[in-house]
Amino acid sequence: MSVTEAPGGIGCIGCLTAPMAQGKGEAAAVDEIVLAVPGADCAACIPALEEGLASFPGVRDVRVNLSLRRLRVRHDGSLAPEDLIPEVARLGYEALPLDLVALSGTENDRVGRDLLMRLGVAFFAMMNVMLLSVAVWSGATDATRDIFHLLSGAIALPTVLFSGQPFFRSAWAGVKRGRLGMDFPISLALVLASSISVYESFHGGDHAYFDAAVMLTFFLLGGRYLDHRTRAAARSAAQELAALEVPRAIRLTGEGQETVAVADLLVGDLISVRPGARVPADGVVTAGESEIDRSLLTGESLPARAAPGGTVSAGEVNLTGPLTVRVTAAGRDSSLSRIAALVAVAEEARSRYTSLADRAARAYSPLVHTLSFSAFAFWMWKTGGDLRFAVNISAATLIITCPCALGLAVPAVVTAASGKLFRKGLLIKSGTALERLAQVDTVVFDKTGTLTLGAPEPLDLVAHDADDLRVALALAQGSSHPLAQALAQGSLGLGVRPAHVTDVREVPGHGIEGVWQDQRVRLGRADWVGAKAGDVTATTLRIGGAEPVTFAFADALRPGAEGLVTALAAQGMELHLVSGDVAGAVEGLAQRLGIPAWTAGARPEEKAAYVRALASQGRRVLMVGDGLNDTAALAEALVSVSPASALDAARAASDIVLLGRDLAPVEDALRIARQAVRRMRENFALSAAYNVVSVPVALMGFATPLLAALAMSLSSVTVTLNALRLK
Amino acid sequence: MDILILLVPVSLGLGLLGLGAFIWTLRSRQYEDPKGDAARILSDRWDDRPAPVEDRAPRQRRPDAAGPQGGERG
Repeated sequence: MSVTEAPGGIGCIGCLTAPMAQGKGEAAAVDEIVLAVPGADCAACIPALEEGLASFPGVRDVRVNLSLRRLRVRHDGSLAPEDLIPEVARLGYEALPLDLVALSGTENDRVGRDLLMRLGVAFFAMMNVMLLSVAVWSGATDATRDIFHLLSGAIALPTVLFSGQPFFRSAWAGVKRGRLGMDFPISLALVLASSISVYESFHGGDHAYFDAAVMLTFFLLGGRYLDHRTRAAARSAAQELAALEVPRAIRLTGEGQETVAVADLLVGDLISVRPGARVPADGVVTAGESEIDRSLLTGESLPARAAPGGTVSAGEVNLTGPLTVRVTAAGRDSSLSRIAALVAVAEEARSRYTSLADRAARAYSPLVHTLSFSAFAFWMWKTGGDLRFAVNISAATLIITCPCALGLAVPAVVTAASGKLFRKGLLIKSGTALERLAQVDTVVFDKTGTLTLGAPEPLDLVAHDADDLRVALALAQGSSHPLAQALAQGSLGLGVRPAHVTDVREVPGHGIEGVWQDQRVRLGRADWVGAKAGDVTATTLRIGGAEPVTFAFADALRPGAEGLVTALAAQGMELHLVSGDVAGAVEGLAQRLGIPAWTAGARPEEKAAYVRALASQGRRVLMVGDGLNDTAALAEALVSVSPASALDAARAASDIVLLGRDLAPVEDALRIARQAVRRMRENFALSAAYNVVSVPVALMGFATPLLAALAMSLSSVTVTLNALRLK
Repeated sequence: MDILILLVPVSLGLGLLGLGAFIWTLRSRQYEDPKGDAARILSDRWDDRPAPVEDRAPRQRRPDAAGPQGGERG
């Protein structure tokens, strides 16, 4: 589509930005464009992109962000993303425009920087207090020891107060709701350790736990920061994907047309849907003829005809001619929203999943409180009421059992695993996705757009007569219809030269016609050229009065699909294919890939029910799908994957997004997920092992600050190293 | 042990210096593209002359968008 048409575009990626710049994007930056460049992953990409684009007219400054794989272009106000995308493509990179407004949240990661600041302060304090503590441990006595304790306290107290705030806040929130999470024992240990240490320092005691308090703060904050990073990455992925689509509609008013947000459409409005754009709301066609692509909504690979009186649904793509549609259902009532409601129900069911860390925390808190309190009670009884001694023991128990390693066990593994998967082209959107993925034993695939690319590929072109091919090519080049384009590309690939066809014109909704050697030639729908329609995806050519020739198409397989299916079957996974497409197409693909169980013609609710039925048989289902019709099933499944080309609703409902075209990384994801869960379990075992050794020592009253420091740092470092073992 | 009167403040001062440096790097957003910065330091693009001033993006404090950090480019 041309740039001048861009303001009207609704769904297609190329036409996003003009409405963005006019509308809510205006405040963000008119002179700045942000593009997602998923392919930028090496040092050589920086000069290639920056120097390649710097000379483009209007560009002031280009900056590649390799970590986020984004390209930020500052310009003089004359450029739109669709000017730059072909230029970036010429340099060899795929680029997608991003909505600056939707991104703003992640660019300013305030929470992350705040945590990092507290972490830095805790690190500084830990190092200095440790320096002083080592002097005490190595034999400083009397006045020197007391001075060192007081100095440590002067550093540690403000640090604990500042850096420990995230724990105090969340512990307090837990207390108010009547639940004691992991943060309560942490806060208790911090407060108790600091206060008894202050008391001991002023009374010339032997042990002060200031170093333990700041070390606890540091290691726990480290775990908290990693956890936040994972979540922020997930959130930014979601925002980045949401930023790819700006929902706008063109409303026809008495005087002309206006661009409005889809949410502002009312029943009865007349809207215009241009070729290439997505239908924004359900409605009835009042004018125009075209063909519409329903594949994202229903999984049908064959374009459907749209003519006055016909109905269209939100999410479908208009292919050939402009349509005027009277809105019959908008917002809440549209088919889109009904699917969204299905998704919400299914997602609620999923959020009940309890992560490994939650289960560990649930077992941990009561255990620690009981231990610490029994130690206190026992020593009160044993020493005949020596409060100072008993409190010291119970505080030492709390400090030693404190979950440094527990707080790091899961975040460290998740960070390592998500980093690995991101490099393989997978975005993990949910923190518990890896744990769920590791349990999968059944995989349900969607067909159109998932196992296949959703793009047709002509079959057996060589079998056709050379003249037919040449005429068909000449006609096909005159249309942007996907079948015509696929036919043109396929023929050009075979070295076919177009015939000299004159008066080529496209008849929206029907096909293309022209004149060749004084005969009328037509390429298009079977009934229009005068042939009988079959049930395969096909287009028909008729030259004059000759017998019509049918070009059949099949949906091209997504790269890696065959390998993935074979590998999963070899692992003993149960495979299913559930599609909304016609039986013939689904059966053909199932046989080609060797998927034993397949279902055709499934509606969105049926897909979700299919997944639910499998789950009720005790299967742990991974759903791989891309369409709106898959959305409910994606949310229903234990864990779900969708390709980046999927509709935003589908990507929002899934846990993992595949960035590239290739399906092969899904297998890596399964492997890495299983490995990651194994590491998490090992980490829990490791931190438990440290406690098994150190807790009895603490309970017996032999705990020293040195022992606490050793146990804490050793266990934290071991779990981190163990997480990094991930391959 | 009198030396401690000197040594302890010195060690604390050095630590604070480090902390201050860390806070500065954090404030000036030097952790936004660690992977890119690691690659950029090996680039010989600005070896002969510093990056032109316009090319170094100003360090704007815009709430909506973090300006690219031109200062790291040199």
